[in-house]
Parts: sequence; structure tokens; C-alpha cells
Amino acid sequence: MDSVVNWFLDPLNWQGSAGIPNRLFEHVSLSGAALLVAALIGLPIGLFIGHTGRFATAVINIANIGRAIPSYAVLVIILPVSLQISPEYGLNVIPTFLAMTLLAIPPILVTTYAGIREVDRDLVEAARGMGLREPQILGRLEIPLATPVIVGGFRTATLQVIATATIGAVVGGGGLGRFIVDGFSNPSLPAQLYAGVILVAGLAIGLDIVLALIQRRITPRALRGPLDRWAGPAEQASPADSPGMG
Amino acid sequence: MLPGQQLIDFSWIGDHLGQIAERIGQHLELTILPVAIGFLIALVLSIWAVRQPIVYGPITAVTGVLYTIPSLAAFAVLIPITGLSLVSALIPLVSYTLLILVRSIVAGFRGVAPEVLEAAEGMGYTRTQRLIRVEFPLAVPMMIAGLRLATVTAIGLATVASIIGGDTFGGLGQLITEGLQTFFPTKYLLGAALSVVLAVSADVLFVQIERWITPWARAPGSAG
Amino acid sequence: MESSAGRAATVEFDQVSKRYGGSAKAGTPAAVNDLSLSIPAGRICVLVGPSGCGKTTSLKMVNRLIEPTSGRILLDGVDAAGRELTELRRGIGYVIQQTGLFPHQTVVENVGTVPRLLGWSGARIRERSEELLGLVGLDPAKYSRRFPSQLSGGERQRVGVARALAADPPIMLMDEPFGAVDPIVRERLQDEFLRLQEELAKTILFVTHDIDEAIKMGDLVAVFEIGGKVAQFGTPAELLASPASDFVARFVGTDRGLKRLALSRVADLTLHAAPTAVVGSDAGEARRRGLAASFQFVLLTDPANRPLGWIDAATLPESGPLTEALANPTSPFVNKRTTLKDALSLLLDSDVQVGIVTDRTGAVQGLVTVDMIAERMREGHIAPAYLVDAPPGAPADPAE
Repeated sequence: MDSVVNWFLDPLNWQGSAGIPNRLFEHVSLSGAALLVAALIGLPIGLFIGHTGRFATAVINIANIGRAIPSYAVLVIILPVSLQISPEYGLNVIPTFLAMTLLAIPPILVTTYAGIREVDRDLVEAARGMGLREPQILGRLEIPLATPVIVGGFRTATLQVIATATIGAVVGGGGLGRFIVDGFSNPSLPAQLYAGVILVAGLAIGLDIVLALIQRRITPRALRGPLDRWAGPAEQASPADSPGMG
Repeated sequence: MLPGQQLIDFSWIGDHLGQIAERIGQHLELTILPVAIGFLIALVLSIWAVRQPIVYGPITAVTGVLYTIPSLAAFAVLIPITGLSLVSALIPLVSYTLLILVRSIVAGFRGVAPEVLEAAEGMGYTRTQRLIRVEFPLAVPMMIAGLRLATVTAIGLATVASIIGGDTFGGLGQLITEGLQTFFPTKYLLGAALSVVLAVSADVLFVQIERWITPWARAPGSAG
Repeated sequence: MESSAGRAATVEFDQVSKRYGGSAKAGTPAAVNDLSLSIPAGRICVLVGPSGCGKTTSLKMVNRLIEPTSGRILLDGVDAAGRELTELRRGIGYVIQQTGLFPHQTVVENVGTVPRLLGWSGARIRERSEELLGLVGLDPAKYSRRFPSQLSGGERQRVGVARALAADPPIMLMDEPFGAVDPIVRERLQDEFLRLQEELAKTILFVTHDIDEAIKMGDLVAVFEIGGKVAQFGTPAELLASPASDFVARFVGTDRGLKRLALSRVADLTLHAAPTAVVGSDAGEARRRGLAASFQFVLLTDPANRPLGWIDAATLPESGPLTEALANPTSPFVNKRTTLKDALSLLLDSDVQVGIVTDRTGAVQGLVTVDMIAERMREGHIAPAYLVDAPPGAPADPAE
């Protein structure tokens, strides 16, 4: 335990490209970029199939299969492709980034779809009856009501992305996972292994709590459950996520 | 990939079918054991939470934190304590299933219509009889949904265990890690592909299981 | 074969109160306030009132889904509070509005619920369940293997009634049992249930907020008002003829004269004899007979005395046989079980305001007219015969 504290107190570990600030920056920036790209893809598709109901079953089934795929597998399946694209960065940033993006799309897409579908269809019908145009229905009614659910999807995607970024260290990527992988392969550095674990877990739990608070803040008071103050990562294990799988 | 190497070396696969089968067997063990243990723990926690709703919040908060810890960190943290044994892989894998299972089991129990419970009570079921004969069967579809997600999650996370555990845990992750270490794409791609096939098969299998054991949930109107 | 008839028990509420909110201190609003009712064996007692009046609470205190704060509930003279809870409940049929059928069990398994709890043999449960399905009008061959989700609302309610009857309980509690189905189905279920009750003669406590249903179903009706008090307890006829308070009068409605007609049946009237003539008989004789009467029509019947239609006597030939072609078949038919309310509305709707009363075989029994029904209303005492010897209830003091 002391050695872990000492490791954190060692100024050397706070400097340079292998220092904590840079590794944290690598981890967060790569995760953020992957989430952004995944959101740019997942959100519009989720909104479209949620609002229109078109192609929903097919898209959700594909997305659910995507959620079933192990992240480590995605990472290495992309590896030969990324080595082809760029022999220089092919072994670190690109496969990790692509894997993170691919893995973040399904939770965002599926929860966006589910959030929109959960909006009372009678309400949508009433809005249409009052003369709102389709984009207005989506913008003023469906999206605001679905936002807490959608944020839940981002929580899941964020966890997924942070975890995958950690594994990325195995294929030579940067980020906080480096401390764990290097600490493990060098038995003389147990403190580094533990420090890595603390940093990674702290980052994941901290981000999740922040997202949980945001989710709670934007949920209309009337819809809040009494026990859901912090009910762990969002997203119910609900069969409603998967209409007619198989 | 080394220069001049083929992406997939089929003759290697043909020569190592026994080893590959062994890895699949290990992976199934790494999946089924934690899901089974996790289900038993989650069932106890869930029944507790259903009977005393006040504990549901704390249970999901604790299992939620466990669920949030990135897998590589979770596997790494136990090695110095439990050493390179199967327990080091089982503990994180079990803890990952808990949140998923507790949530779905509790949702299953809470989803039982209040009038059904009242009818059961009014007809003279004891509390235990009602739990076993009415609430449990009606919670099964949600339990299966939870088991489906937990199993698929465990299959994925079990591949990560080999990064830390080496050949202690085995499984398809070991094929991937060895393949990466020896720059041998056939091996890591095969490990990855098989883990994908395993996860998707498990997913589809659970959908079928749910249909078999909940005949009452099938489309209304079809004469049984 | 189980017999479904003959077992019934008395139910007596003895100064029963229920207060919520922790303590039973005076001052806490009561859900049920000092309720005393005595329900004789084999009768339907309807608890009716606005929502929040304590009628459902009173019902649930009988099978102790809710425990009374004070007072006793006696079933056949035995205090329910002293009986083992599950044993008590298994001996009381319970039907609720949302049916509460078990979605994961087939119809036949649902009906066999209480017998299974009582440890009957599988064969006996099966036999009993199928018998009951037949009793409530569901063909066992067709319905046994279905799940509740595959039934219509009305069918579900029938299964709910069958399930409550399974162990032949002497008492049935029915909480708005027909409240969730559409009016047409509800009326059919009510009629069927009344017919069933004629055979079963259970003691039934029946909760509803619908005064028409209360008057139709109840041998006795307890009208509840807010605060958990009984405003009036008596037969439907008493309620309609002399409401005990303004509240009861308002609740019963301004059309209570008409409602009273629903309490009597055509069989309670002294019918006019019908001037019949059998097809094929002499037309001249029928003509003379018709013209001699003040009502100059003749009712043509077939040889089994079933009506074929009216013939204006003035149009009849002096001789020759009566033929069916002469008859005008437009005339309302009623039978002896038709309520006076229904008979009146039938008569007012038709061109010929004379109803032909037939028995079960379709044979002519006599005639009923609007005047006869109006006369009956003016007489005031419309009450079915069996209520003449109704035991003394415990009518609550409305002044209290």
C-alpha cells in the first residue's frame, strides 16, 4: 500500500509522455473522440428508426448482435486492417479507436430508439393533431422526453469505451491501461500495476457518477423513482431492448 | 504480421483442432461458472430487495460500482491477492454479472401484476407458496433476459482475463493473446472469431430458451 | 361429481371499524365506521357506494386481506379472526375486477388453484375444473388448454368466477367482478351469474359502484356513504320505495320509479287470457268471438299453442279454415322471466302495444299490456315473493 502511495508521490510519474497527466489525456481524448463519432452515427439512426419505426427491427437486431461481440475480439479483428492502412499507427491508436467507436454505437443507438419509442404514442398523435410538423414533434416532444434514457445509453457507451481504451494498451496503445500492462509484465513494478488499477477504476466510476447526476438532473421530477438516486450504470436488462430477436 | 506471412494459415488450424477445442471448452467453463454463481447470489439479493425495498438502492449502488470497473483493472487487482488461480478470474466475472442479474430479477418480480398477487393471497397461498408458484414463474422471462445479457458479457470479459492471467485461465482469450505475442494473425483472428461466434450463439440460444419455457407469453389468440 | 349446491354460510359484521394511519385513535378518519350487517345464508348482499366509501375495505376484511381495527366478523357464527389465515381464505371464493388470473397457467390450471392448495388428487381437480368451466358457459374441450392472454374480457371473468367456485366455498366475495367488461357483456354475465346462483345458493358479498347493478344483483343492498358508514341496508325494493336519507335518494337516482320495474317480472302479474285460435280451425267462429270482445283481434297459434301472429277479426271471412297467411307476425314476445322494465320498453317500442307471454316451450301463456305495468307501479309494492320472509337485517340508523 505504501509503495502505491509512494508511486503517486514520485514526481517522475507526473512528467513526460509516460506520466499520469499525459496518459490520462490520451485515455480521455481517445474515449471522447470515439464517443463523439459513435454519437454522430448512432444518434441520427436511433432518432430516425425511433420516430418513423422504419427498419427498426432489422437495425435493432444488428445493433444487439453488435453488443454481444467481445471488445477484445473487435480490437484484434481490426488489427490486420489497420496495419494495412497505416503501418506506423496501425498498432496503437487506430485499432483501439475503431474498436471503441464500433462498440459505442450499439448502446447509443438502441437506447435512443428505445427512448423515443417509450414516448406515449397518444401524445405524439395529439401533437400531430394540433398541427406540429414531424421535425417539431421530434424536437419538442420526443427528444426532450427521451433524453434521460438516451443519456443512460451514453453512460453504458462511456463505460464500454473507457474499458476498451484500457485493453488497447495490449496492442500498443497509450492511455492508463499502459500502467497496468507494463506493471504486470514487469514484476518489479507492482505499485505501478495498482496505481493503474486505481486510476482506471477512478476514471470510470467518476465519469459514471457525473453522468448519473446529469441524467438525474434532466429527468423531470415527476418521472424520478424514489430509489433510483444512484442505481448503478443505466440501461435496464430489459427484453424491450430487443424486439423480436431471432 | 511478419513479412510474407499469410493472414490465415488454414493448415495450422487443421493441425491444432484439439487445442482449439480445448480452448473453447475452457471458455465455456469461464462463462458458465461465473454466470451460475452470479445467478445464485443475485437471486438471494433480489428476493431480499423485493421483500425489503429499502436495500435495493444500496445493492445496485455496490454492484454498480463493481460493474463500472474496467475489466483489465479488475482482473489485475486480484492477482497479487489470490495469485494466478481460477478464483482471480471468477471473482471479477461473477461481480460483473451481479448488477445485470439483480436488476432483471427484481424487475421480473416487480413486474408481476398486483391483482395477480392479491388474487393469490385471497385464495389462501402462503407467502412461500406464492413466491414459488406464482412470482417465480412470472419473473422467469426477465430472469432469462438478464441471464442472456450476463452470459454474453461474461463471454466477452473472459477473453480479457487471459491478458493478465496467461494460461492459468485459458479460453479463447489465450489464443488471442498468444497470437498477438507471436505476431501470428491466424491464432488471434481465430480466437476473436470464435469468441464472437460463441457470444452471438449464446444470445440466440437464450432467445430460444425463453420461448420454450414461457409458452404463455406467445402471441395471444393462437389456440393452445 | 361434486355437488355445487347447498353449502352456504351466514356472514355477520359486528360493529366493525377500520382506521388507517398507524394508531386507532379517535379522530383518525375511518375507512369503515362501526359497520353492523347481517347477511343470511344463500343470499347476495351488494355493497354499493361512491369510491372511497369503504365498501371494498369491508369486503377484504372478510377474508382478512385487511384486518379490522375493531369489531368482529362472524362466518356461520365463528369469528374470522380466530381462524387460521390460509385455511380461512381457501374456504372463501374471491373474484376481483382485474380477474387476477395467473398468466403462466392454463385456464384449467387456474380453475384448479384452490383444490390444488387443498391437496385434492389430480384427477379430481381436473374433473372438477372441467365441470366448472361448463357451469360458467365455457366448453372445456375448447378452453381448458388456453392461457388467459388468449381469452376475451368476458371469458376471463367467467374463468375468474369458476376459479372462485372450485372448492365449493360457502361464501363468495366479488369485488366489481363485471366492472372491466363492456355493458353488453356485463349484462349477459350478470344474467348468467344470477341463473347460476339460483342453483348454487352461495352467500355472496358483491361490491359495485353501479346502483343499477346493485338493484339487479342484490337480494339485499347496503348503501355506503363517504366515511365508511352504511346509509341504508335493505332490499332493493325498500331502497327504491323509501330511501332513508337524501344521500340514498340521490344515489339511487330520480328514476327510481322506473328502476323498481326492474325488480318485478312478468310472472308477478296476473296476465290477460289470450283470445287464441288454432290454425286450420273455423274462421267464422273466430270472427264472431273476436267481434264480440272489446279487443277485436284473434291470436293465431299452431297446434302446439305457439303464436303465429295477430288477425283483425273484422277482416276474417265468414267461413273457411284459418290460415297462417292471414296473420300479422309483428308483435313483441316476452317470457315470464322478463323484467317489467324490459317488458315496458319492448311494448313502447312496438306498433302493437300488447305483449305475448310465452313459456319455455314457446306456448302462449297470456297477454301483457302497458296499462297492466302502469297499474302495477301505482300499487307501489313491487317485491319478489321470496323477500316476504326475508330475515331481519340490521339496518343502520341513517340519523347517526
